[in-house]
Amino acid sequence: MTLKETFLQPLFKGNPITVLVLGICSSLAVTVTLKGALVMALSVTVVCGLSNLVLSLLRKGIPNRVRIIVQLVVVAMLVILVDQILKSIEVTFPIDKQLSVYIGLIITNCIVMGRIEAFALGSKPLPSLVDGLANGFGYGMILLIVAFFRELFGSGTLFGLQVMPAGYITNNLVILPPFALILIGCIIWVHRSVDKELQEK
Amino acid sequence: MEYVSLFVKSIFVDNMIFAYFLGMCSYLAVSKTVKTANGLGLAVIFVLLCTLPLNYLLNKYVLQPGALSWLGPQFAEVDLSFLSFIIFIAVIAAFVQLVEMVVERFFPALYGSLGIFLPLIAVNCAILGGSLFMQQKDFVNIGESAVYALGSGVGWYLAIVMLAAIREKMAYSNVPKPLKGIGITFITVGLMGLAFMIFMGISL
Repeated sequence: MTLKETFLQPLFKGNPITVLVLGICSSLAVTVTLKGALVMALSVTVVCGLSNLVLSLLRKGIPNRVRIIVQLVVVAMLVILVDQILKSIEVTFPIDKQLSVYIGLIITNCIVMGRIEAFALGSKPLPSLVDGLANGFGYGMILLIVAFFRELFGSGTLFGLQVMPAGYITNNLVILPPFALILIGCIIWVHRSVDKELQEK
Repeated sequence: MEYVSLFVKSIFVDNMIFAYFLGMCSYLAVSKTVKTANGLGLAVIFVLLCTLPLNYLLNKYVLQPGALSWLGPQFAEVDLSFLSFIIFIAVIAAFVQLVEMVVERFFPALYGSLGIFLPLIAVNCAILGGSLFMQQKDFVNIGESAVYALGSGVGWYLAIVMLAAIREKMAYSNVPKPLKGIGITFITVGLMGLAFMIFMGISL
């Protein structure tokens, strides 16, 4: 596969959320606002790209039996790094407390572990880095689509700015967590009606 | 009475799946039949119940700001809380490995039904999430953290068995082609989540 294909694959045909169904765990709760979704998407992209790179460099030295622990340690280190960076810029760029739990949960995010297992352990460093970043983007894309609808209809704002006309009554159903699942179900519906190859028997 | 209230609250009000979406990946992947869902659910309860109190002790006596003061006054200022992610996940991964070995050696029958799920659990967000929420909730003693762990585990177990039962029946219904499989499952979980919303705001 060329680098370009490696990059495009996770965005559509092999999207981590709608096709591989990975990383749902920490993704749905952060999509109430676009800002939260953006922070989460960037964090996952950074962690996924770098962990793929590091483990691809280490791949020949890791014994098969202990690989899960090694992977967890590398990922945990990167997540701590991201968490500390977010904490250091908290004064100028505040994020809410709940989001910080989900940043910690990137460690067990299946996208990160899944890409390491499926790609980084068997490929050269550069394609692994590209694959990790592209999966982060594919994940971020879905996150932003969901967050767009939830913030627009739930609070009438986008990135905190009022968009809906004054007097718009906010739809509280959209804010509730289950709605994110229904929305992703609909995204899958649209995606699979366009791309018929992905339909399940 | 406080324990009962915490237990019921962590099963229904703060349900791991429907309120926080934790452990969603294995929840969606392993809920095709009731039998496997049952196995994974029990394994989650067990691992949560064992690792969460352990992490509680670590948090209280090693990680919290000032937690090391029992070593002597010069340690009173030490704050190791930035290490909590790596310590928690190390405890969970090590524990899961240990349990797998013990179960394989002494309870082969149980290993047959639980064994394949145990490695999956090390990367189940519900387990790590439980520990991280425990850190936020400031429980006063280890009993509370154990009750919280049991409640969260039972909540997760209930959720996965319910979904598996629905999916078994749904196999016979006529779903639009693009929605078949995972799409309709997402929507089903969403609707189940809405039903669980009735517990919101209940306090005992």
